[in-house]
Amino acid sequence: MMSELSRLTIAEARDRLRKAEITAVELAEACLSEIEAAEPLNAFVTTTAEKALDQARAADARLRAGDAPAMCGIPVGVKDLFCTEGVRSQAASFILNGFLPPYESTVTRQLWESGAVMLGKLNMDEFAMGSSNETSVYGPAVNPWRRQGDDTALTPGGSSGGSAAAVAAGLCLAATGTDTGGSIRQPAAFTGIVGLKPTYGRCSRWGIIAFASSLDQAGPMTRTVRDAAIMLGAMAGHDPMDSTSADVPVPDFEAALTGDIRGKRIGIPREYRMDGMPAEIEALWQKGAEMLRDAGAEVVDISLPHTKYALPAYYVIAPAEASSNLARYDGVRYGHRAKLGPGDGVTEMYEKTRAEGFGAEVKRRVMIGTYVLSAGFYDAYYNRARKVRALIKRDFDQVFDAGIDAILTPTTPSSAFPIGAMADADPVQMYLNDVFTVTVNLAGLPGISVPAGLDAAGLPLGLQLIGRPWAEGDLLNVAGVIEKAAAFEAAPQVWWRS
Amino acid sequence: MSIDLETARRVAHLARIAVDDDDLPALAGEFNRILGFIEQLNEVDVKGVEPMTSVTPMRLKRRPDVVTDGGYPEKILANAPDAREGFFAVPKVVE
Repeated sequence: MMSELSRLTIAEARDRLRKAEITAVELAEACLSEIEAAEPLNAFVTTTAEKALDQARAADARLRAGDAPAMCGIPVGVKDLFCTEGVRSQAASFILNGFLPPYESTVTRQLWESGAVMLGKLNMDEFAMGSSNETSVYGPAVNPWRRQGDDTALTPGGSSGGSAAAVAAGLCLAATGTDTGGSIRQPAAFTGIVGLKPTYGRCSRWGIIAFASSLDQAGPMTRTVRDAAIMLGAMAGHDPMDSTSADVPVPDFEAALTGDIRGKRIGIPREYRMDGMPAEIEALWQKGAEMLRDAGAEVVDISLPHTKYALPAYYVIAPAEASSNLARYDGVRYGHRAKLGPGDGVTEMYEKTRAEGFGAEVKRRVMIGTYVLSAGFYDAYYNRARKVRALIKRDFDQVFDAGIDAILTPTTPSSAFPIGAMADADPVQMYLNDVFTVTVNLAGLPGISVPAGLDAAGLPLGLQLIGRPWAEGDLLNVAGVIEKAAAFEAAPQVWWRS
Repeated sequence: MSIDLETARRVAHLARIAVDDDDLPALAGEFNRILGFIEQLNEVDVKGVEPMTSVTPMRLKRRPDVVTDGGYPEKILANAPDAREGFFAVPKVVE
């Protein structure tokens, strides 16, 4: 029997907690028992039951005292990329094996201060580099969804694959994710949940293990648009500890969910119509446009001419930043250090430690980054990519200046694929998963994936909406219209429970 | 631009990642496929375009240059693979 409690939305749980129909301890216990029974999903890699129950008891006390913010008593999972004080945080990498942060990331600290309850840490691609959760030192997380009549294990996507699987399977009410090129939105699409990447600077990056600092952004992964609005409110806000965190007010995102989008102008970018795009994704995209039109929005064809160059620019900029950020893993201050041979000096210590500690994809990206930043190639690769990035952002600026309020695209070029399907593929093939999402990171914009339908095999598909900077409220409101019109009610069959 | 074995070896060393000689050809091949993909950027006319430094128009905030934190060396050293007498320990650096 699945627990009904762990399947509640944040909004439902909040209302029932406030009415004292349920307690935070009951909610946390329900989730913990689901987590325990869901080992085949490999979603939670660390469970913090004791902490969860302590926090739940404190939340119940706040609820009784009438001092209960929206997230009070809500059990959530945390991506392994967030540093959580005294709780193993290792970015799914062997090089951070056993790392116990002596501090708490700003985003998680804010969640706990708002009364949220931490269930544990969630699987992900190593250092958030991947689109299938297969680069994790913990092994891949597994998608709760399967193709109809087919037991093949599918990927929940990546890099926030554990977060997506856990939310979709009802192991927690919501989870934190991070998104550098699509790592919240692609797994959300693959698992039939909502994933929001906020505007760059909306959530503090402090205490989140860095991948590509100019692109990384934390965001909520939830079962509904309303839940994303509620949870973002608790995660967002200016933080003096992150110099790129924006000093802008955090509005009431939930209040923006009016359902009224009459007169809004929604852009359909022609460059996102890719060769070889599956017909059902094309059809879903058109259906999404019709849903918005039916709700009174004006749907307009737009052009974002530099779209094609987003992925290649990303695969210069992200590895370049990663090679710099990951230089800190040297076997000296934390994590793994290789056993040294006689006569080995400090250089051998670095080289052996990093060879043992990093997985293949991380090594590949660190070395590509090193190459594009190296003397003689910096201008040809890195500076050129930064110029192309400026052009990609200018494309968006121009359509927003022309009065477009939001942009509708598919989230991914396919539904979830089998674990191992890309094992022998060119690395570039895996990168193509992010073709529709990566532009949003390069331009620093907010983007959200909303489950909008099933493909012929019965797997979820998502639609992406891209908003103006700092307009997450408006974006969530448009997303809510798609959610309501699509009425996505499907849930995966529970096969993982032991 | 094509990456030969010597360049692959040099990049691995610059990145401080030990790579066996046997693995260099495969690595060079992967580099070449990824760089081949990146080469598309050469099609873009970037004349007169400033390279992006910040995605949102913002000035980095300044703060007084003062010590605001610290005084807990045991916390700093707690995760070190080898710490002795209040220091990080590393193999001998200077002969």
